[in-house]
Amino acid sequence: MPRDAPDPQNRRVLRFAIQRLLGAIPTLLVLIALAFFLIRLAPGGPFDTEKTLPPEIEANLRAAYNLDEPLPMQLGRYLWNLAQGDFGPSFQYRDFTVTELIATGFPVSLRLGSLAMLLALALGISAGTLAALRQNRPADYALMGAAMTGISIPNFVLAPLLVLVFAVWLGWLPAGGLGDGSLRYVVLPVIALALPQVAYIARLTRGSMIEVLRSPFIRTARAQGLPTRTVILRHALKPALLPVVSYLGPALAAIITGSVVVEQIFGVPGLGRFFVQGALNRDYTLVMGVVVFYGSLIIALNFLVDLVYGWLDPRLRHG
Amino acid sequence: MSAAADSVAPRSRSLWSDAWVVLRRNRAAMTALCLLAGMTLLVLVGPFLSPFTYDGTDWDQVSSPPSLANGHWFGTDGLGRDLFVRTLYGGRISLLVGAVATAVSLLIGITYGAVAGYVGGRTDQFMMRIVDILYALPFMFLVILLMVLFGRNIVLIFFAIGAINWLDMARIVRGQALTLRGKEYVEAARAGGVRGGRIIRRHIVPNLLGVVIVYATLTVPQVILVESFLSFLGLGVQEPMTSWGALVNEGAQELENAPWMLLFPAVSLAMTLFCFNFIGDGLRDALDPRDRSA
Repeated sequence: MPRDAPDPQNRRVLRFAIQRLLGAIPTLLVLIALAFFLIRLAPGGPFDTEKTLPPEIEANLRAAYNLDEPLPMQLGRYLWNLAQGDFGPSFQYRDFTVTELIATGFPVSLRLGSLAMLLALALGISAGTLAALRQNRPADYALMGAAMTGISIPNFVLAPLLVLVFAVWLGWLPAGGLGDGSLRYVVLPVIALALPQVAYIARLTRGSMIEVLRSPFIRTARAQGLPTRTVILRHALKPALLPVVSYLGPALAAIITGSVVVEQIFGVPGLGRFFVQGALNRDYTLVMGVVVFYGSLIIALNFLVDLVYGWLDPRLRHG
Repeated sequence: MSAAADSVAPRSRSLWSDAWVVLRRNRAAMTALCLLAGMTLLVLVGPFLSPFTYDGTDWDQVSSPPSLANGHWFGTDGLGRDLFVRTLYGGRISLLVGAVATAVSLLIGITYGAVAGYVGGRTDQFMMRIVDILYALPFMFLVILLMVLFGRNIVLIFFAIGAINWLDMARIVRGQALTLRGKEYVEAARAGGVRGGRIIRRHIVPNLLGVVIVYATLTVPQVILVESFLSFLGLGVQEPMTSWGALVNEGAQELENAPWMLLFPAVSLAMTLFCFNFIGDGLRDALDPRDRSA
């Protein structure tokens, strides 16, 4: 073997990464094109108001927003602007660009979302592991029953119920807003976002953990007299978490989608709330900007998850 | 077990009767099935039991708590509309969405998946590549975009939701079709000169129905969820018609004064989803041989 030949293991991972990247790019383009043409197909324009505008003014408006160009040119311009991080002006919030609105709302949403994700992973993995260790015993049934309930209660039902119980009846936590930004204000929204995901992750972890615990290498580890704790943490957990890692993508998408309603319910000034306001006000550019922004985020994060998966799964690393 | 062994000539048992036996032993799934049947009946018949209509206003009983005395069993909302009737009407919408959208997704998913799996080769790779690309799209956002653009039209909602939910089904069906196409009876049919479309209809599709039913049951709660999500945001069903999502939204706004407005639709929605999930799980145990060990 020539000395400067790249390590085949790294090459395999690199090839895997490039392959995934080539998969992500068309998805992104399809997303943008779909959003773009849907908007153009829609009946009614963004300048439809109660009063009909004089035709000259409308023509001027259209020219100002470049709506008088042929479609392919508009798409090209849109893509070019996107590449520079410019999502165009908002039709409703006249003084703001969509980019500015995203920059205002996203950090708030990001904080909620990442806390929810961390909570979902921590709780879900622990509950799933516990259930697997007590398979077909009362603790298992209780945990999995709870998980089924969690899956069946959508977060827009869960959120008002949490407010009703913890804010209105018990008065422990604030019902909404961000207040001074302290943790108390995000507890309920984060729980509302995380709980359905806790349930999914717990079920996934339980299933794969049961399978891993049956495999010979775990029996060997046990036969060597290792305590259960060590067997689980050192040997079983990593392979058992592979399905959870591949679920991270859908989980992220679900949390981002969920944040739209949860922010609405708790009055959190995040990107999701802008999105809903934009949707109700038919603010085309804002809605499209958020769709493209969140869509790209989901696609990018999915790509990252794929990479992590490739790095974790020895079957991919060693071929 | 021993009883079956003793009987001299056991009747032949199909996959379906076997599955039914397994399912009937699953207490959670059977309870869910009964609950759901009861709920469907109530949703269909219930509105006739009440003297009120879903959009009629009872001016004497605005925001009345649940009461047997005044006939508003679930109370009324801020406009004096009877919540019992409204909750049942919302249930009609949810169950209808569940049925229609699932049917749409089945139709697209089975056709697409069966063709890809049966034809195989490059066609299959190309078709599945498209599914991969679509799979990564944030669909909830696209549906919202669709609603914003084309108005809040209930028929559009039904079909849009169905049209975005076929990807899972296509993947599953394709995998099954891929194994089925190598089976002897398919080969025999092909040797007998049966054309592709007919083989898919007569030999491939009937044999993957078991798996399809399992995932259809799991698709129903998903589409119900999407509809109520949209209605919750005010982008779904429009006033005065209502749906569970819309009712939950109205309830969430009157949380402090009228908690019953939230509780009844919220519990109905959660219970329905719960039932479908349990039935789906039970069916999977009954029909999907892979999971039987667990």
